[in-house]
Amino acid sequence: MTIGIAHLLFLSFGIFAIGLCGFLTRRNALSILLSLELMLNSVNIALVSFSKLHGNEGGHIIYFLVITVAACETAVGLAIILNLFRLKKNIRVDEATELRV
Amino acid sequence: MTNDIDSIFAVLSGVAVLLPLLGAGLWFWLCPRLGEKLTGYAASSFLGISFLCTLILFFKVDSFVQLEFARWISVGPSNLASFSVLLDPLSLALGLVVTGVGALIHIYSVGYMHGDPGFGRFFSYLNLFVVAMLILIWSDNLLGIFLGWEGVGLCSYLLISFWNKDLANAQAGKKAFIVNRIGDFGFLIAMFCLYRAFGTLNIPELLVLVREGGLADWQLEYSLWACLGLVLGAAGKSAQIPLFVWLPDAMAGPTPVSALIHAATMVTAGVYLVCRLQGLFLLHPQVLELVAYMGGATAFFAATIAIFQFDIKKVLAYSTISQLGLMFLAVGLNAPVAAYFHLITHAFFKALLFLGAGSVIHGMHHEQDMRKMGGLRKKMPLSFWTMTIGVLAIAGIPPLSGFVSKDEILLMTKLADRPWLYGLGLATALMTAFYMGRLWFMTFFGRTRSDHEVHESPANMTAVLVVLASLSAVAGVINWPRAWGGSEWLSSYFGDLVYQGSVDSQVSWGSLLMKVGIAVAGLGLAWWKYRAFVGGDDFRSSSFRLFKGKYFIDEIYDFLFVRNLRRAGELCWRVVDQGMIDGSLHLLGRLANSVALRFKRLQTGVLQAYVLWVWIGIIVLLFGAWSLGS
Repeated sequence: MTIGIAHLLFLSFGIFAIGLCGFLTRRNALSILLSLELMLNSVNIALVSFSKLHGNEGGHIIYFLVITVAACETAVGLAIILNLFRLKKNIRVDEATELRV
Repeated sequence: MTNDIDSIFAVLSGVAVLLPLLGAGLWFWLCPRLGEKLTGYAASSFLGISFLCTLILFFKVDSFVQLEFARWISVGPSNLASFSVLLDPLSLALGLVVTGVGALIHIYSVGYMHGDPGFGRFFSYLNLFVVAMLILIWSDNLLGIFLGWEGVGLCSYLLISFWNKDLANAQAGKKAFIVNRIGDFGFLIAMFCLYRAFGTLNIPELLVLVREGGLADWQLEYSLWACLGLVLGAAGKSAQIPLFVWLPDAMAGPTPVSALIHAATMVTAGVYLVCRLQGLFLLHPQVLELVAYMGGATAFFAATIAIFQFDIKKVLAYSTISQLGLMFLAVGLNAPVAAYFHLITHAFFKALLFLGAGSVIHGMHHEQDMRKMGGLRKKMPLSFWTMTIGVLAIAGIPPLSGFVSKDEILLMTKLADRPWLYGLGLATALMTAFYMGRLWFMTFFGRTRSDHEVHESPANMTAVLVVLASLSAVAGVINWPRAWGGSEWLSSYFGDLVYQGSVDSQVSWGSLLMKVGIAVAGLGLAWWKYRAFVGGDDFRSSSFRLFKGKYFIDEIYDFLFVRNLRRAGELCWRVVDQGMIDGSLHLLGRLANSVALRFKRLQTGVLQAYVLWVWIGIIVLLFGAWSLGS
């Protein structure tokens, strides 16, 4: 069985949906961050797939860009979670509602 | 060669205007560093240099020089206005008076304003005033004149309310400014009409167009409105009926200001304007007729008020209005030379009278009520003798200057065959002699009616008084009638710049004797009534209430205009501003507020809820885009 563009896109969409569900349902900030990474990487899969389909390197380049930015973003996110933990002794996002009007 | 001379003229006139302007910027903050004496004399010397420049111009300019310094406003191909000077006999004669009398009054002010905390500010304003006045006189276009016109108005306002800690002074300044605005409105309308009719605001061009004649009907109509607007402007600036109410209140300012601005120079700007544009006014003799009757009526009514005033400066203020009325009378009867002559002599003797009054006020420790003066003859001999010359000059005792110039106006009135105006003029002359005599006797004769320690003023003040007194005495020679062996220099100097009906040169000893008789009678009446004045009210009968209340003009204006304007203002404030503008804005604000209160609930603070909304939004957008695309 050859793996075509449709398989790859289904994989990408599946991972994205898992990530989205996790993002919307989880209360733990760390889990949310993981879900976010899942969504980002599913988009990366889609990018690389299209790059392979069209036979040019644009998708690869954006993939590297995304992975770099995702690393930075994860670092920032972890720092925020760390500070949130120091502040409240837990990392439940539904309890971090101090800025609500 | 002519270019060389022109550039010399440009430098001289530029220095004459710009040096005081520089001074106006300097004395303000230099005074605390330099000290009073140095500041005052430096300001005076700036004016002195300005005067010298004008003097050189006066001797060197023959008949007519027009110099352009810079373009100001260009409209299309034509040049609407430029910063330029027009040097001719009219402007140079008045320029000499402004800078000369101005310099003298500066010197006087050094003594008068001694110890005042606003000393530097005062001299800045005075210098600025002279700049504005020179711009007014020397500009060759109406917009430039308007610039100076507003400038002197501003300085007048600043100087009237100079002691602005006192609310009454601030209000007097405000009143002067607002009443003048009415006149300025007329001036503006006149400029619009003139530009519409002739397409230029340049005065020489304008007068050439008018002289060539052949004007269409619509042009004549516009120029009629322009003339009426100019008369309104002149009436505002020169304190004529119906806009004279600001000048008596303007006496709230320091006395040198009253002398310089509200007697000698600024208030004569209206006379100057009408003389300058005489060619335009000749198109409409009925407007000149209006000017003549306005002047005659003002002269008479102001004189009747002056008789009943107790404040020494108020007497002089009404006297100024009255004398300005005489000038307008002359201008209206096509005797601009006579008007100009009286303008110049009046500048001398009225400045002298004001400064003399200032000296008395200074000596009496700022007491202005004549009922509390008396017997100052011995204590202030120099002030007394110089004031005497001023009083005799304005009363019309020959051969002092006031007699010659006033006689010329009365003669022109008689020759113009207006018996009513002639009668008004003679009555004014009689009352002038009476109220000046009253002032003189009340102030300097009789017993001392106050317990102030009176002292003569310092030398720099009395020296100026002496100079002005000698000028008041001899200034008549500049237009001494041929009939009495004079040369009528001023008439020949002006040449055909202004049109004056010919003077019947035969001497009428009868009318001469009558005029001297009137002056002597006025003074004699004053002597008879006030030789033993002991204070208190001098006209007790209640039938004089109308005059004492100044015809209740202020009250009438208050009732007719001020209150209604205030009401209209309150209507605008409460209904339009607070009701409509503020109300609609408040409504918008409240609307936004109530909407926001409902939508506030969306802000739960739960991160996932926000993301859910974002997703729903994206799906809606995608769906919309898809359904539109297909």
